[in-house]
Amino acid sequence: MPKKTSSAAVPKPAPPVPRTPEEAAPKKAAAKPAQQVTAVEMGARQREISVSEFFTKNRHLLGFDSPRKSLLTCVKEAVDNALDASEEAGILPDVAVRLEVVPTNGTVPPASQATRFRVTVTDNGPGIVRQQIPRIFAKLLYGSKFHRMRMSRGQQGIGISAAGMYGQLTTGKPVKIISRTGPRAAAHFFEVQIDTKKNEPLVHENKQIEWDRPQGTQVALEVEGKYQKGRASVDEWLEQTSIANPHVKLTYHTPEGEAKEYPRTYHELPPSPREIKPHPYGIEFGMFLKMLQDTKSHWVSGFLASDFCRVSPQLADEICKTAKVSPHLKPRDLKGHAAETLYQTIQNTKIMAPPTNCISPIGEKAILSGLYKQIKGEFYTAVSRPPAVYRGNPFLIEAGLAYGNRPEDQQKPQQPAMPKAEGEHEEEDSELARVIRYANRVPLLFQQSACSTFKAVLNTTWRNYGVSQSRGALPGGPMVIFVHMASVWVPFTSESKEAIADYDEIQKEITLALRECGRRLGLFLRRRERAASEFRRRNIFELYIEEVVDACDRLKGGKLPKAKLKAQLQKIATSRTGGLKTDEALGKTGGGPEGLPHSIIVTAEGVEGEIALADQVERDADPAGVPVEPDLLGDEQPIETPSKKRAAGPQAAKGRIAKSAKGKAAQMPLFSKPAKREKTTRRRA
Amino acid sequence: MATKLKKTTAVEKKLIGLADIVITAADRSKDPTFSIPIRALSNVSFNERKGLIEMGNKKQARSFFNVGMAKKFMQTVLVADALSELQRADLTTSLREIYYRTKHTIKDSHENTFDTQDESDPVIEDLEVSLAALREELHVRAENSGSIVGPVIFGDDGDRVDCARLGKGGYSVPSIVEPEYLEIRRCTADFLLLVEKGTQWNRLSEDKFWRRYNCVLLTGNGQPPRGVRRLARRLHEEYKLPVYVLVDNDPWGYYIYSVVKQGSINLAFESQRMAIPKAKFMGLSSADPERYELPRNVGIKLNEKDIARAKELMNYQWFQKPAWQAEIKRMLTSGLKYELDALANKDFQYLTKKYLPRKLKEKDWLD
Ligand SMILES: Nc1ncnc2c1ncn2[C@@H]1O[C@H](COP(=O)(O)OP(=O)(O)O)[C@@H](O)[C@H]1O
Ligand SMILES: [Mg+2]
Repeated sequence: MPKKTSSAAVPKPAPPVPRTPEEAAPKKAAAKPAQQVTAVEMGARQREISVSEFFTKNRHLLGFDSPRKSLLTCVKEAVDNALDASEEAGILPDVAVRLEVVPTNGTVPPASQATRFRVTVTDNGPGIVRQQIPRIFAKLLYGSKFHRMRMSRGQQGIGISAAGMYGQLTTGKPVKIISRTGPRAAAHFFEVQIDTKKNEPLVHENKQIEWDRPQGTQVALEVEGKYQKGRASVDEWLEQTSIANPHVKLTYHTPEGEAKEYPRTYHELPPSPREIKPHPYGIEFGMFLKMLQDTKSHWVSGFLASDFCRVSPQLADEICKTAKVSPHLKPRDLKGHAAETLYQTIQNTKIMAPPTNCISPIGEKAILSGLYKQIKGEFYTAVSRPPAVYRGNPFLIEAGLAYGNRPEDQQKPQQPAMPKAEGEHEEEDSELARVIRYANRVPLLFQQSACSTFKAVLNTTWRNYGVSQSRGALPGGPMVIFVHMASVWVPFTSESKEAIADYDEIQKEITLALRECGRRLGLFLRRRERAASEFRRRNIFELYIEEVVDACDRLKGGKLPKAKLKAQLQKIATSRTGGLKTDEALGKTGGGPEGLPHSIIVTAEGVEGEIALADQVERDADPAGVPVEPDLLGDEQPIETPSKKRAAGPQAAKGRIAKSAKGKAAQMPLFSKPAKREKTTRRRA
Repeated sequence: MATKLKKTTAVEKKLIGLADIVITAADRSKDPTFSIPIRALSNVSFNERKGLIEMGNKKQARSFFNVGMAKKFMQTVLVADALSELQRADLTTSLREIYYRTKHTIKDSHENTFDTQDESDPVIEDLEVSLAALREELHVRAENSGSIVGPVIFGDDGDRVDCARLGKGGYSVPSIVEPEYLEIRRCTADFLLLVEKGTQWNRLSEDKFWRRYNCVLLTGNGQPPRGVRRLARRLHEEYKLPVYVLVDNDPWGYYIYSVVKQGSINLAFESQRMAIPKAKFMGLSSADPERYELPRNVGIKLNEKDIARAKELMNYQWFQKPAWQAEIKRMLTSGLKYELDALANKDFQYLTKKYLPRKLKEKDWLD
């Protein structure tokens, strides 16, 4: 966001500036009196802080620092909402993300040069009731999730409206929404902006329209941004989202005009997470005070028993007694020292751990499905840990692994046999594993080294499992390590929600999950090694048989029936190297991988383990099985039609989007550049 | 000429025998296996009566269908093939050329049949012992690295070589000195002196020591190669020349002497044709520094390896004579070794004019 835009839209900021949304509540700022300044002088400077000021000051905390990251954050907020809403409504999500370059001065720059984008996200979720639309999209800190202890992607009710605010501040354009709550309801079109002074929505446009979708929501934002592929890009984020959410069908139209399809390969919705009340151990004192103010209970004892989980009326009375607080005191009247004593007493009372059935894991099968779908490997495994608790917050850790190169890829890098001179050796490559991290199914792309998950990966002794690892470094080899933390409250290291904080309980669970993955990988590697060594033996013999037969023939003066001797020796080789048994170890006979639960092994001969799952992925990824929905092409139509500005612009004529290459082709080899996809050339008249 | 042809045929037959082992085993669905005598201390014994190191009959199996041996097996067949090619073409060659001849990259792989000469040399030695064929019979020669001077006349490819008329450079000893390659026409010397190092041999040759003492001077520039050892043995056997060995006073020198006298552990089967059990150790002895008043400062401190090697030598059966035990112990006690070159400390010609004359006069040598 360039400076000129922000200063134009926002009055000169007044110090001090609150750092968190909570502190941003409109009230007089409590400035520390400085010696040279009088209270009157100061009073003149004290005024309400507008939302836009707050936003401008804190935008880095909300993920809007660089243009590149801002573009990602806009996509992320809209997609998170689409998924949260669909899942909560029990609908398997179909989400379409479209990024388009917005022409500047009548010309369309190439995507890599462009500075303005239109982000359109369409879902098939429950839709939003008409009267809520303005506030959801044009009022900061408005949402359905903040007040509940329920596992979800969004948490603070600041997501999509912040993205809208960002768009408004950088391009001046309103947020455009279409929403429809069912086939029999009308579709509503809105254009909204935020009144940055009052933090209230301004509705520019509001009407019923025809929409070809029976239900769902579409959000379109015009924002300043930068599109660049690679690490921490929109592309990477969507790909990782698709790995952890294989139940989602995701279509992505890149600003370069490609259509990427991430098919749904897992056909069950994740179990709906249950809402729980906060556990007393997980509440900080400030929050506790706030809860005292907000509660509907009339007595402190009632407050404790009904606003927290695992606190029975008896226990509530006991706590009050220990804290020497009358159980019949009005919660609102409990203040200062007494409140603190009560809080401390609660922390020192033995209280049962919170229920953990409120956590919804991705599940081992779904993780496998996601990894298998997006990553080309030889071995996949997934582990879901049982729920655990940190500071009164239930959480659950899941880990997964994709390892190796596909048999068909292993051959490629080998150059045609080149004679080696004395002292020459084959080169070894030294790639490092890649860690993909998730909190409540949302990929974390930044601040890897600060993240508890990453530290746990480093602290795991991968060498025990047959993988190379230098001191304090990531394990080596073609490997993707997947770590997911699900919790009603994920403890991030900062408001930007990029890294998971380092609690002992969390570290321990991650480590246990990684060790189990590692153990299985070790098992796989050992087994493969064993099979390969048998295989190598046979290969060695086959290699040398040729030499020996030729030499024998020359010794015998060239009069040897060579083919016969060769066949005889080959037969001996096969019988000496285990014959059938080797085939078995190599997985040629179709036996499943013993001792490797929740794993998939891919060999040159086929797939072992969770074969059904892999088959499903193949089937779903088959282009013939997934018709391209025609309405995806028309996404923009309804939103543009009512707009006055829509003229025969450069975008009016649009070529058809070619069917995207899907399925196998969409599966990427672990580290190489994304597999070449069919490019769609969009003609811009 | 006739004998030469006959011998070649015999060796070639043996080489072809290896191919037959492979073919027969394959016919019977058996793992083709060569049995190769073990070339190590564990498989030699000292025949005290003959004064020779003899090879035992312990053998090791080298099987094709054994991961650890497969490559060696293949290499063995390849070397046998190359050796038989030499036989057919009646050529001689060096170890190194055999390495290059048999080296290639195996079809459809990155693997070489041989990566270094260190892999092919032992295979050749394996074949020598397995086929009981001398290296010369296999037509493999070492580099010429020996010199001889003195009253001896050879016939080499029809040329008459009079070693008393070759100046101070002498005659370069070929690596194959079998009668069919090298004829000894005449020898009037009284004894043969085998000198470890070229420096001392040059000194003695320049000083015409051989003329004065009517002897043959021979050197192998370090550990004497087969040609030199075999020639010494022939002169000893055919012309009854007593053989004296002059080496540095260190464990390596003792070992060189023992190889000349009893044969080597590695190629013990050749002792029959190489060893000179009656050879005598002229010096340097660990008793010489005192006797010849060599100052302590021309000695060299024994290092750990020297000490270990000396102790090893003391355990060999052929060093069990009390005089030898005393000789080695004396070196260990002094903690010093002496090079022949150290004699120059007294005088450049000390070796020619004082040391050897006195040794010979006093018959001061070890057996
Ligand atoms: N695509 C959508 N479909 C249905 N409801 C939505 C959608 N997007 C947003 N909402 C509603 O709007 C609320 C506010 O969203 P947001 O500002 O992103 O905050 P948060 O996601 O943190 O709650 C959500 O809690 C949800 O109830
Ligand atoms: Mg949100």
